[in-house]
Amino acid sequence: MMKHRNSIAFWAGVAIFLVAVLSMTQIVRNEYPFFAGYVILQFIALAVAWSILGGYAGYVNFGTNAFFGVGVYTAVALFKATGAPLVVQIAAAAVIGMLLGFGVGLLTLRMRGIFFSIATIALAIIIETFVMNWRFVGGAAGIQLQRPPVTAPFDSYVKMLFFVQAILVVIAVGIARYIQNSRMGRGLQALRDDELAAECTGVPTLKLKLVACMISGALMSAVGAPAAMYLQYADPSSAFNLTYSVSALAMSLIGGTAHWIGPVLGAILLGSTQQFLAVTISSEINVLVLGIMLVLFVVGAPKGIIGLLRPRYRLRAGGKP
Amino acid sequence: MTVTAAPDAPLLQVGTLTKTFGGFTALDNISVDIRKGERFGLIGPNGSGKTTLINCISGALRPQVGSVVFCGEDITQLPPHQRARRGIARSFQIPRPFKSMTVLENLMVGLDFATVGSSLPEEDIAMSILTRMGLASKAGAPTDTLSQVELRKMELARALAVRPKLLISDEAMAGLSSSEVDEVLDLLISLGEEDITIIMIEHIMQAVMRFSERVMCLDAGKIIAIGAPAEVMANKRVQEAYLGT
Ligand SMILES: Nc1ncnc2c1ncn2[C@@H]1O[C@H](COP(=O)(O)OP(=O)(O)O)[C@@H](O)[C@H]1O
Ligand SMILES: [Mg+2]
Repeated sequence: MMKHRNSIAFWAGVAIFLVAVLSMTQIVRNEYPFFAGYVILQFIALAVAWSILGGYAGYVNFGTNAFFGVGVYTAVALFKATGAPLVVQIAAAAVIGMLLGFGVGLLTLRMRGIFFSIATIALAIIIETFVMNWRFVGGAAGIQLQRPPVTAPFDSYVKMLFFVQAILVVIAVGIARYIQNSRMGRGLQALRDDELAAECTGVPTLKLKLVACMISGALMSAVGAPAAMYLQYADPSSAFNLTYSVSALAMSLIGGTAHWIGPVLGAILLGSTQQFLAVTISSEINVLVLGIMLVLFVVGAPKGIIGLLRPRYRLRAGGKP
Repeated sequence: MTVTAAPDAPLLQVGTLTKTFGGFTALDNISVDIRKGERFGLIGPNGSGKTTLINCISGALRPQVGSVVFCGEDITQLPPHQRARRGIARSFQIPRPFKSMTVLENLMVGLDFATVGSSLPEEDIAMSILTRMGLASKAGAPTDTLSQVELRKMELARALAVRPKLLISDEAMAGLSSSEVDEVLDLLISLGEEDITIIMIEHIMQAVMRFSERVMCLDAGKIIAIGAPAEVMANKRVQEAYLGT
């Protein structure tokens, strides 16, 4: 069956990707590519996570920074309190992100589009204010973190983080792809097109949105968790920076949200452009570039990169090329 | 709570239903029973509350007062998807297709979510419904390439994918040519012959007369006549209501 063959190709691709990433950490000596690569991988995972609710369901979440920041500070608090290893920090962040997604979803997903979006902006502000006043994790001034010794086979912490982030990308993409090809994916697509018609056709719209919000939130927080160790530092205004929201949204929309590959392509394109500009010109220009590219795509290619690459109605996986 | 309905009990019981929007009463104390297998015509001038009534039956709106009982179960508080799963399907007065999907995928939504366990593959069921509705050749087409009549048929086909006991058609023939009206009407009548109870809202009187075993006429949110089609049409208040608009 086509579907089966697609799956084999997909998982083979995943295996090749992980082996390549791992070999790179063993062969390349210079740390810089890992520093830059980490950020790109982080944005791939964020964009894919964002598209599960923002793309499949069409509920535009401006609160990526809230979930990301919650991930950062879950890791910081846990590390400071117990010295828990990175894997535990990430898992804890995912759980907290999922609970946050559940809470926010329950409160706001009954509202239509724009109200949900506004509520998610408010969310980040509320949580950031809370963290600013939380002494234990350094408050507004931030907190320095001492990295623990690196685990074999890695010889530097940044290389290890690079590999960890690659695994998070694989998890995010695996989940997004699974949803897209499942009953849930069809239900989300239906409710994005027309919520009332979906309900009347048997789709439990509130439940599906809530589950999508929880999965998306869990992934975003998990992606944020290693950031503190990456920077060896955390402060509220960077952890809850609105740039994460704008980037995740722009990368997904530019890539195209009808297929999981869209956010991946969008994040690679925008992420590497940003890294390149940060080195050659300045990092200030990033937001400008995001804005310009978003406008160009909204006008010229509303279905994103994948809309340009593939004909319409072939986007849904499930066998078709 | 499970209540097993007596065999001759009504399929749908609408009891003392009142729906207001702000200070405006769109439905005023509506009570009606629909029998199993019945072909029921719902008429009334524009704004008389027909769509509001089926919104209350399908769950899109909640009435302030009254109850909706389906197959002996009180469903007044259930969301629309729960009602769809129990066998209530509807079309919309202004078609609401899933625009990013093909015609076949539109049907797959109902098969995926509203129906449980079937021996046949879902795509085969969807194709057989499309064939029946004369839409087989459009299975792979995006919905925005459909003509008006095809769109109406697709809405009915999508409702059938829910495998309904009760099908509610909201002005499925509005804006169609007379041959197209006959086509859709024949489809509805043939569905009625296989144990699907149908409520048909329609303005085209010939269609209503041909289709209905019983007709109910609403005016300003109230039932002004109910009974055999010829009787209702002959009713003075019905004639006034129609001439008055
Ligand atoms: N969601 C709503 N909010 C406010 N008023 C409504 C709403 N839906 C219907 N109405 C009003 O209720 C009345 C009945 O409408 P409707 O049921 O659509 O009539 P019909 O289908 O018989 O033409 C109309 O006056 C309409 O304006
Ligand atoms: Mg109407």
